Amino acid sequence: MSVLRAVTLALRMLAREWRSGELGVLMLALTVAVSALTGVGFLVSRISTAVAMQASEVLAADIRLGSPQPIAEQYFVEAARHGLRTARNTALLSVVFNGDTSQLTNLHAVSDGYPLRGQLLVADEPFAKGSLARGIPARGEVWPDSKLLAALGGRLGTTLSIGAATFRVSHVLISRPDQGGTFADLTPTLLMNAADLPATQLIQPGSRVSYGALFAGRRDRIEPFETWLRSHKKRGERLRDIAEASPQIKNAVDRAGRFLSLASLVSVLLCAIAVAMSARRYVFRHLDSVALLKTLGATRAFTLSVTLLQLLVIALLAAITGSAIGYLAQEWLVRTLRGLLTSAELPPASLMPVGIGFMTAIAVLGGFALPPLLQLSRVPAIRVLRRDVGPPPLLMLLAFGPAVAVVVILIYWVVLDWKLFFGFTVGLAGFIAALTLAGFLLVALAGKLRGSVGVAWRYGVANLSRRRTESVVQIVAFGTGIMVLLLLSIIRGDLNSDWRHTLPANLPNYFFINIPPGERDHFVGFLNEHGARTTRVLPMIRGRLTGINGRSVDDLRFGGDRGDNFATREQNLTWTSELGADNRIVAGSWWTRADFGKPLASLATEFQESLGVKLGDRLSFDIAGETFDVRVASIRKVKWDSFQPNFFIVFAPGVLEDTAGSYMTSAYFNATDAHALAQLARTFPSVSIFDIDDLLAQVRSVLDKAVLAVQSVFVFTLFAGLTVLLAAVQSSRDERRYESAMLRTLGASRNTVLQGVLAEFTTLGLLSGLLAAAGASIAAYFMTTRVLELHYTFELWVWGVGLAGGTLLVAGSGWLATRSVVNQPPLITLRAG
Amino acid sequence: MNTKPMPSAQAQIVRDSVLKAENLSKQVSSPEGSLTIVHGVSLDIAAGESVAVVGASGAGKSTLLALLAGLDLPTTGRVLLEGTDLTQLDEDGRARLRAQRVGFVFQAFHLLPALTALENVMLPLELAGRRDARSAAFETLQRVGLKDRTGHYPRQLSGGEQQRVALARGFVTRPAVLFADEPTGNLDTATGRRVGELLFELNANSHTTLVLVTHDRELAARCARIVTMEAGRVV
Repeated sequence: MSVLRAVTLALRMLAREWRSGELGVLMLALTVAVSALTGVGFLVSRISTAVAMQASEVLAADIRLGSPQPIAEQYFVEAARHGLRTARNTALLSVVFNGDTSQLTNLHAVSDGYPLRGQLLVADEPFAKGSLARGIPARGEVWPDSKLLAALGGRLGTTLSIGAATFRVSHVLISRPDQGGTFADLTPTLLMNAADLPATQLIQPGSRVSYGALFAGRRDRIEPFETWLRSHKKRGERLRDIAEASPQIKNAVDRAGRFLSLASLVSVLLCAIAVAMSARRYVFRHLDSVALLKTLGATRAFTLSVTLLQLLVIALLAAITGSAIGYLAQEWLVRTLRGLLTSAELPPASLMPVGIGFMTAIAVLGGFALPPLLQLSRVPAIRVLRRDVGPPPLLMLLAFGPAVAVVVILIYWVVLDWKLFFGFTVGLAGFIAALTLAGFLLVALAGKLRGSVGVAWRYGVANLSRRRTESVVQIVAFGTGIMVLLLLSIIRGDLNSDWRHTLPANLPNYFFINIPPGERDHFVGFLNEHGARTTRVLPMIRGRLTGINGRSVDDLRFGGDRGDNFATREQNLTWTSELGADNRIVAGSWWTRADFGKPLASLATEFQESLGVKLGDRLSFDIAGETFDVRVASIRKVKWDSFQPNFFIVFAPGVLEDTAGSYMTSAYFNATDAHALAQLARTFPSVSIFDIDDLLAQVRSVLDKAVLAVQSVFVFTLFAGLTVLLAAVQSSRDERRYESAMLRTLGASRNTVLQGVLAEFTTLGLLSGLLAAAGASIAAYFMTTRVLELHYTFELWVWGVGLAGGTLLVAGSGWLATRSVVNQPPLITLRAG
Repeated sequence: MNTKPMPSAQAQIVRDSVLKAENLSKQVSSPEGSLTIVHGVSLDIAAGESVAVVGASGAGKSTLLALLAGLDLPTTGRVLLEGTDLTQLDEDGRARLRAQRVGFVFQAFHLLPALTALENVMLPLELAGRRDARSAAFETLQRVGLKDRTGHYPRQLSGGEQQRVALARGFVTRPAVLFADEPTGNLDTATGRRVGELLFELNANSHTTLVLVTHDRELAARCARIVTMEAGRVV
């Protein structure tokens, strides 16, 4: 019965308070926060799915199993059982003939359904712009790539001989999704139907064949299958998923993921601040009601139930409204900004963010509203007679414990990354502590300044001093709000400019490998003549890692496919005196002129981490039968997405000069210059041409999506920040109404009171802005350099925007929120008590 | 103790003691040290009796009322409401007792702004678990002349009307004791007088014991007994 009474009373009071606008601020704060969070969640979910799909295209599948032995049928059966699509791609090297002309070719015999992700582009002549292919080559037909057809001097309709069979050229292969982000696959390619492979009789005992199994499907089906496959695959079978498909895509996805995590984390934080402030006001406004209920005979449990029920209803309403607004907002954003996306439409959003929205609303309310609510139920009944009597003060642990716990849990839940979690949490705690300290200093200072300013300012500044705790809370809230917005702007700017710098429009789109040393100058001259913009030209030597610190790699275990792969495959080595701008030394030092000729090597972090080697370790390489022992002198972080020639292993100059090798370079060719490329292929038949235009398009597309996400997140966060400001201003509204009435009764003009309010909020905004700019600059430095691994540039505008923005925003919000207070006739306020 | 003789009509309905205060003291701590607001007050109020507590501001009238109603606990002494020692009950126990046996009328009305006049009057009945809350509340509002205002919210009512709603709320549970703290203090003279008349009329009809804290001499004079307080003591 009493539960029913509590529910009835709670709903009745809630409905009335809703009608009277009493719940406006709390509802608004929570709704905006939930919509920000779910909006970001929806968008991130859609974009990360899009990014994952895009990244999958590099594999032509979601996961790919490679093996030197035919792949067991069992895997395909299991994949079908998981509801996945499958295809085969069998690759082998063979010579392809057009009459007397021959060319070593990488044959890819593919089955129906290939590619499972991405597209095949074909054309009717070499180096032309490709269009979407329908299916795979029909039986008896082949699709050679541009380089192969140009080298063989063939065209559409030409008959090519492959092993014991002949095939008709029906298309020129322009690109396939899995042509690779590495240079393992440099030889010309030809695509054929897997059903034709037996007729060629190319596969004999001892043939070097690479069997590939491709799997794709819904993510929730792929994951269990991948787990199964990892535990069942045999030694020698190599599994690749999106994460290691392409370093370029992985970098982009990593960055986007980190930033989006960070941005949604900001929304979580703002949500918490806004709710805490609104809950505080809610409690303050309900002290009298609860005291009255107790006077009339309500027990503490009853009053607590009433307030808890009200809060629960508010949470549910806010979560529903917020999720709906969040969904509509991201839908609108996606539609409005569709032009930014280079690929097809984003996949539909999952419903997961709605659940997250509900959970977050409940968690944040629990952490931030529950402690003051518990306090509310402890207000003594005597308050009906003595309004100065409030609830007993809350224990520090109870007041802040749940809030801190919820924030910490939410932060970790959102980022799921200890490094980012600790960086952000420690930074945040430090910033809040600094703001709190500065807030108290300001309040102390305000007391001293009062004598030297006019009456309006004295009133305003005195307010800061008198409401010391409230002022400090507001400074912390404003400061944090402004800081995260500034921080987001700095990081967003850094990311955008870094990405733009990384991917200018005329980025190299072709790599040229196997340039004979004797033809190096002639080749570079050819490129220059045809207006191609070249980059650095680096030597490229093939070699195999044979030992680490005197132990053979055959005896070592590296714990992971990648390490094993690095240890067993042939490596591309180079030597150079200069460290590229896209390389950064993270350990050891780059060689000086004095080191030239010494057996030193510099390793990329990927190579070093996979093999677990460290500075000073001795690596042995077999290069054309000769053994080279080198010491690891430095570790480099390489930005693979610069699309400049880069190597995992770089030797010091003066070590490898006498070994047989070739050169490589990259260049930008205009897409329409197919003729020049065909001529180049004929003039330098030994040079391998590697077209990365499609790869670039993929990376650009991914980055575009990431930028879109970043910008939309920024919009959501801006709204959330503004709500926090409003909530903060609103929290002191009741007190101000009474003060304003008193001042006006004592003869102060409306303007004087308004000036006082403005003075107070201006001072508050100025200090918050100043501290926010300092905090944002420091935080941005650590975020950009340590977390996002970008270059940090000091931004003066942050200080200008921080100060001006903080002042305008706080003073403006303060004015808007208190305007009606000042305008209200004093008599009404004083009568109302 | 300053008392005046009881009118004979009221003397007839006096039954046993309903509210008894024994040597009540209330001390509070202040920046200047311990402060005694109520000092050794003893009172015995009979059922149906009306008692006015008067005195200057700060004399301890409202504190005494809070102690008698169980809104606050004395530092020493005890309060017996219909034989139940309030000082032996916890906060919730006192609240339950108030729900059943006590009514209030305040100077600042203290109506819940979220509830209509009818809902405000229903509230104590609902808290007491009464099933006939709506009809009883409606009937009481009718008795205070507000049957046409039942759906109005407090802010839509005048001060006098709000206090009449508060009177209805105070009497609707037919409490054993009704405590009124300056019930006319926020009203103009004419409205205050009308509200005062209504208060005594309801009190007489309900046979409720009335404890009235007031500055209003005219109102106090209508009570059977006047208790004067000065510096926390009954003089």
